[in-house]
Amino acid sequence: MLTPQDPQLAAGVAAASAPRRAFFRRATAALGAVATTPLLAQAQVQSAVPAEATPLAVPDWSRQPGEPVLWHPYGQPSEHERHVVRRSRGNAPFPGAASSMTPLADLFGIITPSGLVFERHHAGIPQINPEQHRLVIHGLAKRPRVFTMDDLVRFPSVSRIHFLECSGNTGTEWRTPTSANVQLSHGLLSCCEWTGVPLSVLLDEVGIAPEARWILAEGADGAAMSRSIPVHKAFEDALVVYAQNGERLRPESGYPLRLFLPGFEGNMSIKWLRRLKIGTEPFQTREETSKYTDSLPDGTARQFTFLMEAKSVITRPSPGQVLRQRGFHEISGLAWSGLGRVKRVEVSVDGGRQWREAQLQEPVLNRALTRFSLGWHWDGSPAVLQSRVIDETGYVQPTREQLIAARGLNSLYHYNAIQSWQLSADGSLKNVHA
Amino acid sequence: MSMPEAQSPRRNLSSAYRCLRAWALPLGLALGGLPLAAQAQTSPGAAPYGFGRAATPAAIAAWDIDIDAQGRGLPRGQGSVAEGARLYAEKCAACHGERGQGKPADALVGGNVPLGEQKSTPLKTVGNFWPYATTLFDFIRRAMPYNAPQSLQPDEVYALTAWVLHANGVLPADAVLDAPRLSALKMPNQAGFVSDARPDVSNWACRTCR
Repeated sequence: MLTPQDPQLAAGVAAASAPRRAFFRRATAALGAVATTPLLAQAQVQSAVPAEATPLAVPDWSRQPGEPVLWHPYGQPSEHERHVVRRSRGNAPFPGAASSMTPLADLFGIITPSGLVFERHHAGIPQINPEQHRLVIHGLAKRPRVFTMDDLVRFPSVSRIHFLECSGNTGTEWRTPTSANVQLSHGLLSCCEWTGVPLSVLLDEVGIAPEARWILAEGADGAAMSRSIPVHKAFEDALVVYAQNGERLRPESGYPLRLFLPGFEGNMSIKWLRRLKIGTEPFQTREETSKYTDSLPDGTARQFTFLMEAKSVITRPSPGQVLRQRGFHEISGLAWSGLGRVKRVEVSVDGGRQWREAQLQEPVLNRALTRFSLGWHWDGSPAVLQSRVIDETGYVQPTREQLIAARGLNSLYHYNAIQSWQLSADGSLKNVHA
Repeated sequence: MSMPEAQSPRRNLSSAYRCLRAWALPLGLALGGLPLAAQAQTSPGAAPYGFGRAATPAAIAAWDIDIDAQGRGLPRGQGSVAEGARLYAEKCAACHGERGQGKPADALVGGNVPLGEQKSTPLKTVGNFWPYATTLFDFIRRAMPYNAPQSLQPDEVYALTAWVLHANGVLPADAVLDAPRLSALKMPNQAGFVSDARPDVSNWACRTCR
């Protein structure tokens, strides 16, 4: 959390000519790195930022031409951003049936870079040749069809920005504040621009029968991952997607083709999509019976809990970062709702007693991450930072106590409670239940 | 379409008309070619775009592998608990444990305390949790064993399904499974699932709370 008041940079700000501004940005980026990986970043800070009393020197990179065009035919982040990567909670017994998380605290705005989109695979990442990939749509259809990728790209296309969240996101936080930082607590969450064909267009193409109610979606991965999708979702806003953030899907995100169901739990947006079978009832796959169901205290389990309800979290400041100065800090975070648009976000710095309305950064999109921020003067005393989202349906993000009262402690999935970060007088932050 | 890029603001009516024609013709063609619902209604049976090729049952047989809760899709074949025990030891026990107790992969057997009475996170197994036996066949066929999915023959999948159900006390040791028998099985926890009751919390946005 760096502000212009920071004495280390005050001189640079005062005399900010254009090249110096660029240098200043670099220095800022290096300092930002302190936030997530203090050990790694300390060395960077010392080398990149001149000591306060030292006059500015002209650095080596200003005394010679830089790298040529096509240095990287496919561009790479600066080597100083090497710490901004996906991470896992730990080693999984089957590394292909595991997840990795998006480094939310290091990101800005609402779009997740494609290489940082969280992963959840059930049998690894298949390496698919798009020329050999096919999508079969059959079952209750007048004209069952096999489509090539070329066929699919010929259909009218749409591009939409939507979040994708695993229903297990934040599932570590039911009983105790478990995750060390926001990447591990909330990082099964990403937001991209998705491009593809509306599923409704494909269903019209095959002539879906009027009695159709459910569609089995199946992947071409080693899990042949499968879920039943209600037909109404297909006609509402479901997409069959081949591109993300302007380029073809990444292998981890389902290359060359995936389903995308805005606002629904991530596992239903079947990656590496190879087949859609239209039927009248849910197909009762393993994933929708024994896995992605939510256990209740009486031993029953809720099934077909598709919707990701409204949720928000402060990403700056958050654990791993350190507030080095009193004074102005911007509290910033992400809010989203599977039911529609974010209407309002409120922030508390006293553990939920007083709330102030945060600013929403445009654009505020349907079923997309929304960036919020609130300027704050930190007087150096301990604080508990929280955010609370209200979506356009009027749903207010719940407290943990309210969730537990409704569902007990064993439902694992769909935990969307207000998150608390405890700020100590030394400027460090910690995940707490408040 | 070749539209003049910058027309004179003084252009006369006839050039405006030519301009209109230049738009109207391609627009009409585009509308005529537009595969909207209207066209589908006038000629039922015609695909709006006509892309792709027919998915005949023979063409997609190798991919059409799902089994639903009624057992629709089950292939011909059969397998016994005894044969399943032999296959399980060979292909499954390394991950699911000798008796299906789990580790490193999921436990298949156990969790004998009723789900509502288990103190910590409930142990959910095939016997105490899975609502449909047909799902077991579907999942083994599509995804198991983890290192060689879609490698098992129908008889092998029946046998493994039979063994897992036997190990959970759902089938006797001498049972043989085929499509009719598997479809008819009732699982102990079939009634254990309820529909989504959310929104099930109602917070309110107090500005000054407590």
